Amino acid sequence: MFRYTKKTLLREALLILVALIFLLPFYFLINLSLKNGNDALTTSAMQLVTNPTLDAFGQAIRGGRQATLMDGMLNSIIITAGSVLILVAVGSISAYTLSRRTGKLSKAAMGLILVTMVLPAQAAIIPIYVGMRNVGLVGTHAGTIIMYAGALLPISIFLYMGFTNGIARDYEEAAQIDGASRFTVFRKIVFPLLSPATGTVAIFTGLIVWNDFFTGLIFLNGSDAVTLPVVIYNFVGESVSQWNVIFAAIIISMIPILAFFLVAQKQFIQGFTGGVKS
Amino acid sequence: MTAQLEQKAEGARVIGRQPRASKKNGREGDRGTERRFATWWWFTPALLALVLIHYAPSAIGAFFAFTNWKGLGKWQFVGWDNFAAIAEGGPTTTALINTFIIGISFVVLTNVLGLLLALGLNRTVKSRNVIRTLIFAPVVLSSLATSYIWKFIFEQGGPLNEFLGSVGLESLKRTWLGDPSTVLPAIIIVMVWQNVGLVMVMYLAGLATVSPELEEAASLDGASLWQRFNYVVLPAIMPSVVIAMTLMLINGLRVFDQIQALTGGGPYGASETLAVTIYKETFVLGRFGFGAALALVMSLIIIILTVAQRLLLRTSSKG
Repeated sequence: MFRYTKKTLLREALLILVALIFLLPFYFLINLSLKNGNDALTTSAMQLVTNPTLDAFGQAIRGGRQATLMDGMLNSIIITAGSVLILVAVGSISAYTLSRRTGKLSKAAMGLILVTMVLPAQAAIIPIYVGMRNVGLVGTHAGTIIMYAGALLPISIFLYMGFTNGIARDYEEAAQIDGASRFTVFRKIVFPLLSPATGTVAIFTGLIVWNDFFTGLIFLNGSDAVTLPVVIYNFVGESVSQWNVIFAAIIISMIPILAFFLVAQKQFIQGFTGGVKS
Repeated sequence: MTAQLEQKAEGARVIGRQPRASKKNGREGDRGTERRFATWWWFTPALLALVLIHYAPSAIGAFFAFTNWKGLGKWQFVGWDNFAAIAEGGPTTTALINTFIIGISFVVLTNVLGLLLALGLNRTVKSRNVIRTLIFAPVVLSSLATSYIWKFIFEQGGPLNEFLGSVGLESLKRTWLGDPSTVLPAIIIVMVWQNVGLVMVMYLAGLATVSPELEEAASLDGASLWQRFNYVVLPAIMPSVVIAMTLMLINGLRVFDQIQALTGGGPYGASETLAVTIYKETFVLGRFGFGAALALVMSLIIIILTVAQRLLLRTSSKG
């Protein structure tokens, strides 16, 4: 029944057409970023670049009054890596604790985690901001990492629990008989078994942190620790209508994540649907 | 202290429930393993995060919604004044209506288009993997960055107007983001473009669970394409429908990045949403109390609409 018929060919052609229209913004993005300042203003955006130049990229890299693109990139890497590390470490060990300790307290803790999903997050960010300002954490890497790790921890624990509940205790028991401590059992036996969940947690939370603009705008704008989206935001404000330079900056900011996506797209899609589903 | 509490609770539990536990798995029961694996101390960092980043700030935020706090210095209780000001009308009403319009159109459009794409790409199409990857790509990119590409497309001298001019639709040309009548649809298009790939992938995952045999049998029995979808496919992908719709509703109601990038809430507040207004009131104008009240309202709206949507989906999937 599901053979390749003329109808399928028609459907395929239609889908390819849809995909091409869908990708038009990327055509404008790349095409314009390769034009020089004059061509960018005088030629049509649809017209393919005649004498491609990397001028706009040079300007984009040098530009940025407060922080350059490279500063933003470095800050984003530090903050994303720091947050993901904490989310993996604390998320996995907390989920494991909740799976192995099955008493009332565990149920209560599970409840505490679930209820965070309906707490007024928008109202919470204001006191967090003020609290962090009072202890000097606003505008720092550490403060932002704490903020992200704390905010995403419930999701991380939740994702891990889908896996920790399914791990058989036999390995752990065997290791313990051989004299391994509780922590060794977790580190050497349980954590490696959780690697699929670790992949999901890392990709899902890592993408959220990397692309997040709101938190960066509030906690970091004006400081040295600004993340990439905030740098782009300020950059656009500073380079009024120099679209070729703006687009070059956007492309540079997209390179790390796109490279990552193309190499590991299957894990990305799985991580994303897996993360979203739980 | 946590450990003490936990030991007491556990002792009570073991005494109370031991017979059932040992009946269940025959051996020593949970009791032994619970003692041996993991300790509640390992949960302390998570507990700290829950209290310090979730519970305490939410409670304090809710508290300050009833004050006129400016973020610094003295403040007073103002009772329900902040909420009365929100209900009074003016800019916050526009933001509220815009949030509803965007949230609902976003849910409907992403789900309809995502489902159509998934149905189109499901099975037999040869280029399905490539197309899936390309349409998913915007999902992993920063919504702020991609919005700027669209800002350019919608400009007065941008590609959209140029295209309209070249096909003889001069009369339709306009500054799409500067015109109050087109600014919301334009923003919705950008949001849908960014997110439709995620919905598509979720529906593809759902469609993979539909049995080809069942569909084939239905088709042999003379079921039309629509009947096949309605009676075979839809029940199987219902979990995906619920998840995709819930997620898109929450994301749509919370939209901030795209609006901040495309219009900043303009022209003259015509595209402000609750999230944008909260940002302005709180962090630009320093009205922390009023911002907190707005944030509380927004959270309530999200919770109510999400629950309502879930109930609606549950009854419609039964009926």
